[in-house]
Amino acid sequence: MDFDFLASTMVTLLKAVPLTLALFALSVSVGFLLALLIVWMRVGGNRALSTFARAYIFVFRGSPLLIQMFLVFYGLAQFDFIRSGPLWPFLREPFVCAVLSLALCTAGYSAEIFRGGIRSVSPRELEAARAIGMSGFLLVRRILAPIAFRHALPAYSTEVVLMMKSTALASLVTVWEVTGVAQRLISQTYRTMEVFLCAALIYLVLNFIVLQGMALLERSLSRHLRAAPPAPKA
Amino acid sequence: MADSPRLAVRDIRKTFGSHEVLRGISLEARDGDVISILGASGSGKSTFLRCINLLEIPDAGEIRLDGEEIRMVRSGGRNRPAIQKQVDRLRSELGMVFQSFNLWSHMTVLQNVIEGPVHVLKRPRGECIEEAQALLKKVGIADKADAYPAFLSGGQQQRAAIARALAMKPKVMLFDEPTSALDPELVGEVLRVMRALAEEGVTMLVVTHEMGFARNVSNRVAFMRDGLIESIGSPQEMFGDGASPAFRQFIGHFQA
Repeated sequence: MDFDFLASTMVTLLKAVPLTLALFALSVSVGFLLALLIVWMRVGGNRALSTFARAYIFVFRGSPLLIQMFLVFYGLAQFDFIRSGPLWPFLREPFVCAVLSLALCTAGYSAEIFRGGIRSVSPRELEAARAIGMSGFLLVRRILAPIAFRHALPAYSTEVVLMMKSTALASLVTVWEVTGVAQRLISQTYRTMEVFLCAALIYLVLNFIVLQGMALLERSLSRHLRAAPPAPKA
Repeated sequence: MADSPRLAVRDIRKTFGSHEVLRGISLEARDGDVISILGASGSGKSTFLRCINLLEIPDAGEIRLDGEEIRMVRSGGRNRPAIQKQVDRLRSELGMVFQSFNLWSHMTVLQNVIEGPVHVLKRPRGECIEEAQALLKKVGIADKADAYPAFLSGGQQQRAAIARALAMKPKVMLFDEPTSALDPELVGEVLRVMRALAEEGVTMLVVTHEMGFARNVSNRVAFMRDGLIESIGSPQEMFGDGASPAFRQFIGHFQA
């Protein structure tokens, strides 16, 4: 074992971690908000919006993320109106393209996950909310969303972990995150095994932290399912 | 105003598919009235109660609370409320107690009780908490304020649900078979709370199978049959010799 090489590889790869984390954090948060919008369109009751949301979910779940990313990064540049448009300074950036395609894709998956959560909310609890005078956004904010999100959380944490791994694809549109840097190292050293093992270890640690966070969140949202509070002494 | 009814419904009709569940129901409740609504299952009594606060939308008829009519429009061949805001406000003035309690599972008992006053009525939280604690004491579950519904017995859950409805200071309380989902030994604790409310003068409409409650607590008893109010009167009239044959036959099932 060449520990010196492993250590220097690790140091090089760790320098790319901030970029991986930035890709991850931005695409998960933008994707989360987008998913809320899509699931609202999907279940909101408007036929046209619901059809659009269905189509969106189908397209982004049904086609490879890598192709989506290539389409955003290489494809958009073919259109003159985009190249001359006001957003071009952003859309020409590989990082922006990677975040955009990751977010668009996770929004499709997450919207379906959230829809499952919404479907599992007891109609009785919703009826009680309506009976007390709630409707629209207030009902969603106070009753529907908290219960639905709790139900969706286990499936959603899987999606979040998948996103961490999906950031590796950004290396193929020239974003120098952990996997990209690893590949560059390999092309210089031809030591595939050591470099990729180091990279895999980094993803494992990152996902371990993410999963711990999700488990903590799940725990704090499950108080109503755990043991009853101790009875006050009479 | 003393003579005008708190709640007046006129000629409520409701059809599910080809089945006409309500065939023109009219009923008035004055201040302090406790009206028991009896009837076999399928007679439409729960649907009637649910039409009053528009959890079911009646196909026809008129609902007035304190003289204010709920405005309806027809669209696509169906009735629907004209103004959601009006519906929300009227619902907030009608307390509803469900057969299966329907407490919000992600909130503690106290949170369930203050939810409406704080977020629907937009009243100060501290005030609401004080009132909620008093209400929980009144229904006898003050020690369960911080428990989640899943850890309460059915009787405790239903009393919490009654406190939640009362916290809105409703003009009329609607009870939809409040004891039907309870184990027999838990029925009494809920009925006691309801009786106390009746004695305080709370206006109540109660769909129930509890003959004792109908007879001893309510001041009027309505008997529903095939989507109509077959007969209505004081408990003395209804449980006395002058009762209709259909009602006599119905209560006969309870005396077996």
